Amino acid sequence: MATQPLTNDPGYANPSRWRIPYAALREFFFDALDEATHGSRTYHIWMASLTFLMCCGAYAYTTQLVQGLSVTGMHDHVSWGLYISNFTFLVGVAAAAVVLVLPTYVLHDVAFKKAVLIGEAMAVAAVVMAIGFVVVDVGGPARLWHVTPMIGVFNWPQSMLAWDIVVLNVYLVINISVPFYILFSHYRDREPNPRFYVPAMLMSILWAVSLHLVTAFLFAGLAARPHWNNALMGPRFLATAFTAGPALMILVLQVISRQTDYKIRPETIQKMALVVTVAAQITVVMTISEMFKEFYFPTHHSMSSQYLFFGLHGHHALRAWIWTAIAIIVVATAILSVHKLRRNSWTLNAACVLLFLGILIEKGLGTVVPGFIPENWGKIHEYVPTGTELMVTTGIWAGGAFLFTILAKVGVAVELGELRVSPEND
Amino acid sequence: MRMSRKIDELVQIQPAPAPEGPARSGVEQLLNMQIDRRTAVAIAGTALAAGAGLLNAAFNPFGAPEAKEKAKLEWAEFFQGNFQLMSEDEKSDAVRRLERLYELESGKSIRVSADGPRERVLYGYAFNVSRCEGYMDCVRACIQENNQDRASNMAYIRIHEHQKGEINFEHATDDFYHEVPAAGHFYIGTQCYHCQNPPCTKVCPTQATWMEPDGIVVVDYNWCIGCRYCMAACPYDARRFNWTDPVVPEEELNPNQHYLGNRLRKKGVVEKCTFCIQRSRNGQSPACVEACPTGARIFGNLLDPDSEIRWVLQNKKVFRLKEDLGTEPKFWYFMD
Repeated sequence: MATQPLTNDPGYANPSRWRIPYAALREFFFDALDEATHGSRTYHIWMASLTFLMCCGAYAYTTQLVQGLSVTGMHDHVSWGLYISNFTFLVGVAAAAVVLVLPTYVLHDVAFKKAVLIGEAMAVAAVVMAIGFVVVDVGGPARLWHVTPMIGVFNWPQSMLAWDIVVLNVYLVINISVPFYILFSHYRDREPNPRFYVPAMLMSILWAVSLHLVTAFLFAGLAARPHWNNALMGPRFLATAFTAGPALMILVLQVISRQTDYKIRPETIQKMALVVTVAAQITVVMTISEMFKEFYFPTHHSMSSQYLFFGLHGHHALRAWIWTAIAIIVVATAILSVHKLRRNSWTLNAACVLLFLGILIEKGLGTVVPGFIPENWGKIHEYVPTGTELMVTTGIWAGGAFLFTILAKVGVAVELGELRVSPEND
Repeated sequence: MRMSRKIDELVQIQPAPAPEGPARSGVEQLLNMQIDRRTAVAIAGTALAAGAGLLNAAFNPFGAPEAKEKAKLEWAEFFQGNFQLMSEDEKSDAVRRLERLYELESGKSIRVSADGPRERVLYGYAFNVSRCEGYMDCVRACIQENNQDRASNMAYIRIHEHQKGEINFEHATDDFYHEVPAAGHFYIGTQCYHCQNPPCTKVCPTQATWMEPDGIVVVDYNWCIGCRYCMAACPYDARRFNWTDPVVPEEELNPNQHYLGNRLRKKGVVEKCTFCIQRSRNGQSPACVEACPTGARIFGNLLDPDSEIRWVLQNKKVFRLKEDLGTEPKFWYFMD
């Protein structure tokens, strides 16, 4: 099948002749549904397991809806917990798609071209999960229409949460619409027109950076919490995002390479590994810089860090977690910094797993929770998530993986030329 | 020197104009875009009532008329807009609904007010550290007056027992069960300071919390989505969240309520001290002030030069807590 550039289409140059290809769209959706519901045995077991976890999460969430957030481990002193921690982390994963988008569309690096669609699918799944974590965290999900611009009252530009709602949703729309346009063009055997998608992709680069900065500002803007009220918060969020996000992508791309005929070149993986390495090195430097500030001459404002790293007045629920996170981040960074080990797929994968887990702990438990401990008047009320909270969290992660699998499977099928529109519908 | 200058500045603050709300809110405000407001409200109201009636008829053909009325009221309550943007009529509808709903649930009547701020009033509070002996009568009175959740022992006021020799909240305790005053100790109460520059209202994504022109920081419990960003933003632990359905026994319910104050809350919303808005806007002192057996608590109008609070600010050596944050609390401490 020869690809026919859209620009040669006589109707294309004349906007008045643009029309929506309803028949092709319809066929695309049915083909996509067909593709998503058929696969190997492994695929079905994978999707069934995710569905089971999603159902467990949904069940746990109904108990939370009925009884209120009292079923979580949160209380008036630690009023954000696992949900907002995961939200924070996933915003970083979402922003990491930029690591593929930037070289592909700005630097025209062909090595990334195949990986970029997968990266965007991951961004979509991560943003959906992040929104999911906010929805399960609020006390009145039925009243969420109050934050809809125009219908409710949107406290913009005052509230950083209002900013976050904007950036999350716009980022989601960009990352759905552009890959859809590209895939749909390929589905119809046409070359997508760069005049459409390149500006949108450039915007998504800016948007990815602001997405994570805004989320950092959401915390950094609170003078009441010295642990967060810190100018390094934004840059540090970006550094950890560009560590954990591409690390996850390296692992996922290899799985896709192995499971399908969509082969990602080792060169792509190596280039991404380099990004992860530099971001991880910056993360380590920033951690050292933060710890120096907190502990060289500890003040009243260092109490949260004191609690986090060493425990305070006999309370030390997070101490083991944070040292584990720091240890594995440092070890993984060391592995990646040695060229020989970074080029070996075993050590590279091990380092990526470690970095993903390390940053998940560090961003989640190590950033959000200690901001509340000790509380405003210096008392310590610790936080331990409950089983319900863990089940809801697992359910949302399963939902994200489910969504990503579908998006990636359909995307790969289109890119491999397995899905094509039938001539009568084009 | 610096302190007194800041107080003067604050005292000279005129009652702020009503906060400028955004242009639209609620379903009626959306409809407002095409047609005039009254018609829109009427249409929306009729449509909602019809919708509720329809739903009820569909699912509950033999339902008691009370159940239908309740469903209808709850439906209308769900779609009401932000209190700041309501007209006087909408406000009175909202409070009538609350009164009727409680009557339908319990058979008892309550009085909910939506009274606005008084002219030329800015409330302020002073706490005499020398007088407080830790009796906690203020805490009890506050819980009863404000219909706070009994199940979780929610309290707006915290009394911290300090060791003599330092004011260090980290070394103090608010969790003491012994005879007071304990030898070698003194007591400091904390609650919402009704900051003139409140960090909590700034962060609210829906403007469900704001400072009224008389200086009281309030929450619209119907509009709050329960994201708890305000709790993270408050440096004084002034805000409380309803982690589950609050419990207030009928016989202990305070029936004199205010929409922005002590009316019953639902699960999933944030609440806080309102200087007993249901009392203060009636010219009374908050319950804590009245309950204090030692006279440690002083409340009044900062704009009235003859008020007791102004006398304290001018004649005592007052201070505020965490002043470095620039929140400008309207809550001062002093010693005899």
